[in-house]
Amino acid sequence: MVVNSVHWFRKGLRLHDNPALQEALNGADTVRCVYILDPWFAGSVNVGVNRWRFLLESLEDLDTSLRKLNSRLFVVRGQPTDVFPRLFKEWNVTRLTFEYDSEPYGKERDAAIIKMAQEYGVDTVVRNTHTLYNPDRIIEMNNHSPPLTFKRFQAIVNRLELPRKPLPTITQEQMARCHTQISDNHDDRYGVPSLEELGFRTQGDSSHVWKGGETEALERLNKHLDRKAWVANFERPRITAQSLFASPTGLSPYLRFGCLSCRVFYYNLRELYMKLRRRSSPPLSLFGQLLWREFFYTAGTNNPNFDRMEGNPICVQIPWDHNPEALAKWAEGRTGFPWIDAIMTQLRQEGWIHHLARHAVACFLTRGDLWISWESGMKVFEELLLDADWSVNAGSWMWLSCSAFFQQFFHCYCPVGFGRRTDPSGDYIRRYIPKLKDYPNRYIYEPWNAPESVQKAANCIVGVDYPKPMINHAESSRLNIERMKQVYQQLSHYRGLSLLASVPTIQEEAEPPMSDDSQASSSTTGQPSSPTPTGSTPPNSEPSTPNTSPTDGAPGAHAQRKRVRPSGFPSKQKSKVKHTIEAKGVEQKTDEKQ
Amino acid sequence: MCESEEGAPSGGRTRNIGARAPAEATPINSESTPASLRHRMKRGQKRDDKVEEGGGSVSGPGPGAPEVCKRLRRADSEEQQQEDGEVDWGQLPEEILLQIFQYLPLLDRAFASQVCRGWNQAFHMPELWRCFEFELNQPASSYLKATHPDLIKQIIKRHSNHLQYVSFKVDSSTESAEAACDILSQLVNCSLKTLGLISTARPSFMELPKSHFISALTVVFVNSKSLSSLKIDDTPVDDPSLKVLVANNSDTLKLLKMSSCPHVSPAGILCVADQCHGLRELALNYHLLSDDLLLALSSERHVHLEHLRIDVVSENPGQQFHSIKKSSWDAMVRHSPKFNLVMYFFLYEDEFGPFFRDEVPVTHLYFGRSVSKEVLGRVGLTCPRLVELVVCANGLRPLDEELIRIAERCKQLSAIGLGECEVSCSAFVEFVKMCGGRLSQLSIMEEVLVPDNKYGLDDIHWEVSKHLGRVWFPDMMPTW
Repeated sequence: MVVNSVHWFRKGLRLHDNPALQEALNGADTVRCVYILDPWFAGSVNVGVNRWRFLLESLEDLDTSLRKLNSRLFVVRGQPTDVFPRLFKEWNVTRLTFEYDSEPYGKERDAAIIKMAQEYGVDTVVRNTHTLYNPDRIIEMNNHSPPLTFKRFQAIVNRLELPRKPLPTITQEQMARCHTQISDNHDDRYGVPSLEELGFRTQGDSSHVWKGGETEALERLNKHLDRKAWVANFERPRITAQSLFASPTGLSPYLRFGCLSCRVFYYNLRELYMKLRRRSSPPLSLFGQLLWREFFYTAGTNNPNFDRMEGNPICVQIPWDHNPEALAKWAEGRTGFPWIDAIMTQLRQEGWIHHLARHAVACFLTRGDLWISWESGMKVFEELLLDADWSVNAGSWMWLSCSAFFQQFFHCYCPVGFGRRTDPSGDYIRRYIPKLKDYPNRYIYEPWNAPESVQKAANCIVGVDYPKPMINHAESSRLNIERMKQVYQQLSHYRGLSLLASVPTIQEEAEPPMSDDSQASSSTTGQPSSPTPTGSTPPNSEPSTPNTSPTDGAPGAHAQRKRVRPSGFPSKQKSKVKHTIEAKGVEQKTDEKQ
Repeated sequence: MCESEEGAPSGGRTRNIGARAPAEATPINSESTPASLRHRMKRGQKRDDKVEEGGGSVSGPGPGAPEVCKRLRRADSEEQQQEDGEVDWGQLPEEILLQIFQYLPLLDRAFASQVCRGWNQAFHMPELWRCFEFELNQPASSYLKATHPDLIKQIIKRHSNHLQYVSFKVDSSTESAEAACDILSQLVNCSLKTLGLISTARPSFMELPKSHFISALTVVFVNSKSLSSLKIDDTPVDDPSLKVLVANNSDTLKLLKMSSCPHVSPAGILCVADQCHGLRELALNYHLLSDDLLLALSSERHVHLEHLRIDVVSENPGQQFHSIKKSSWDAMVRHSPKFNLVMYFFLYEDEFGPFFRDEVPVTHLYFGRSVSKEVLGRVGLTCPRLVELVVCANGLRPLDEELIRIAERCKQLSAIGLGECEVSCSAFVEFVKMCGGRLSQLSIMEEVLVPDNKYGLDDIHWEVSKHLGRVWFPDMMPTW
């Protein structure tokens, strides 16, 4: 029987360590490598030009590599659900292969495609390679729920066997066995589109820092390992001013798009370590970057609301402010804090910022200064950040805003001091905010404190040429610490996790018996209840809204609290102890301590 | 026995009935036959199960298993009785209804109130309206839902005289703060015991016209006469309104929180301390703290103070702070030997001049911004009562000697958190060894610890765990 394979590229844009692609080639008569892209959609989704460029370069690189193997990449315009039925028929497809996508949206999309393939009599083969471990396996080992602390996650990984070994790259011979017919008008029909075709104007921004593609990824991997071998130091490198700039050995965007296999990275690191240290096995800390990624993938795989606060069971409900104006200032680098503005400018221009810089701007936007929801920040990163994976992006934002994963929250990054510690000279700021380049080091992190003469000499008057600070950091961090404390004190299981919450207050009758009852209820009274004796219900009090159930008001804490409360019945016992979802995580935490 | 089919492991039976019955919008009367009630009950049950599932996949620990069994057993027997037609739900004694209603969220109580006249009366029992939290949010400025205006009207109309423990959670919009004041000014016939005005985002009360806010607040002060707890941080409260507070509530006031109230003067707060001898907890900004205030709080007529919280915030760089005499602090400690002094510092490094020169009885110390090595050195010398220390940031020089001195001198220290600081691994191990098991909280960012020739990052958690007597790890940040 004839086997006509299609390998569907989404992430995993590489020929090395690509088991699903190997499956496509295995015994096939023809094989076509496909990428599906909707040019009309491109302009409308929230993805910035740098990310598109990176993607297109990666596709170009794939196409170039495939040409060397006498094949081509087919970039098909459209939506997967429309495209596949057409392709199945036109190419008489019998086998469809792709890499497993663990994210909820991806799983849903793939389930639909698999079903469709079945209807067309097409076999589907799916292989998991975007993560080292199968997230479902880790969840299973953690009693069927994702680990919510990194420590716990590490403990489970420690019990697992090593990740599977990577596969070699596709060879000429393999490809030769399954010829692909390339039509003369291939470039017209299936060529990699240009940024202009996707609706981006690309005048003048030629010097971009991160070049997409597998070829570049592998070169960087070699440099990365060379450098490690040269310094022979596997501790986490100390952060210097230089760390803030894009490095030619940075790999995160390549892991995000799958231009580099995480397993290849893993095993290369491991081998290098063992060669240099002659120790039997490297510590987990060697793979920190990879494991954090796995951690967030695992936490997000079964949680479609992982990227929002509402309806997200692991996310603490925090009364963030809506403030579009302040959000815009942050996103566009107009906060008046050079350290924050420089980072946001670098992000916009280059698509990558150091992880400490991410911490700085995320803290500033959320719990540190502006008290704006992490969801807004996450969306900006999604647009601009080359390595923004859905799970990792949302997970990191929750982490940094103290919305989940049990971080201590006492520590806010100072938008002045934090940068100065990392780069006392301020050269990083001068690079991204040239307006401030003539400020002396002393004032470059806080130009508003510079005397007028200094501002004049530097040709940059604060309030005219560069914005005044949008917020008084001392005041806002005081307020925000207090708010965080308020939120966390309601989740009494956190007690002891945060230092500030342990600062006592008097317990007097000020805490009446049913305090949390009224809290829970009034927060769900968005729908009017109709406690009228006569039955004369206020307008629109239709009780026919079953969703007025307490569960949908404040999905985390309130609903949970109520589930548990009725059990005890010791009526006067202070309901200070409020059970919440997070209890689970805390249990885990205590587990670890035993 | 435990595996009842209906075993939604939470929410009692009563809740299910109450919560769902009105879905059919039956007019309220007592004609409901047991049969129709049962019918409704079952429907309600189903829907409730669904709800439970929704929240259930992520549930925390449910009630303990025996508890569930007990409840279900109770429920089962009720069911049986009902099947026999022996129980008339409408005839439940009021005390029992009250007991049950206390555990129902307001919304469910509201649904239940439509079942029959008896339940409707129970709904309005004063006991159920003593405590209320108004949540005032605007869709444009908050992600959270608000208390419905109709409900607010109802409460003011029917239950304002029952209210005793009231709080307002207000988002960042002026409208919400305005609405809170409107409600306050209508609380004329009630006697509140506690009142909290809580800004959940930006402090919106500050944006109101001061007079408007003051007149609403004084309505409560004048009418209550027995306020024991008042939380009015970040509001435009002023000296005259505090006088009104004192004139009406001086015998009962125990707790007063008013951090960042810029319209209050040291004299204004002194008047409170002079008159309210039962005050046990006080929170204010440093600029209101004076020697006189401390002496007033330690006067013989005054009860022991339990907590004093001071926020030290600089409004403008280079601000000069006054100092407090050691003798005043001594008087405080003599009068209230066990009181907690909680101090939050949000200062620039060069503003610490007047602080930690003499002994200060601080117990909880939080440095929100960078604090110099020198100041931390002084902390070790001047804070013998220190229990908890948080240092968010420090310069680039390791804090070795400072920490060791603190371990040496601060014999009560049981919690410490270090953010952007540096400590050598050896000094840190030494610190932990000196403090030992009494360090119940130790939050140290991994980056803080600098490996030296004795300990690397891989060994330190063993060494520290050994001295603590429990497993300990430094806190990690995601490398993203």
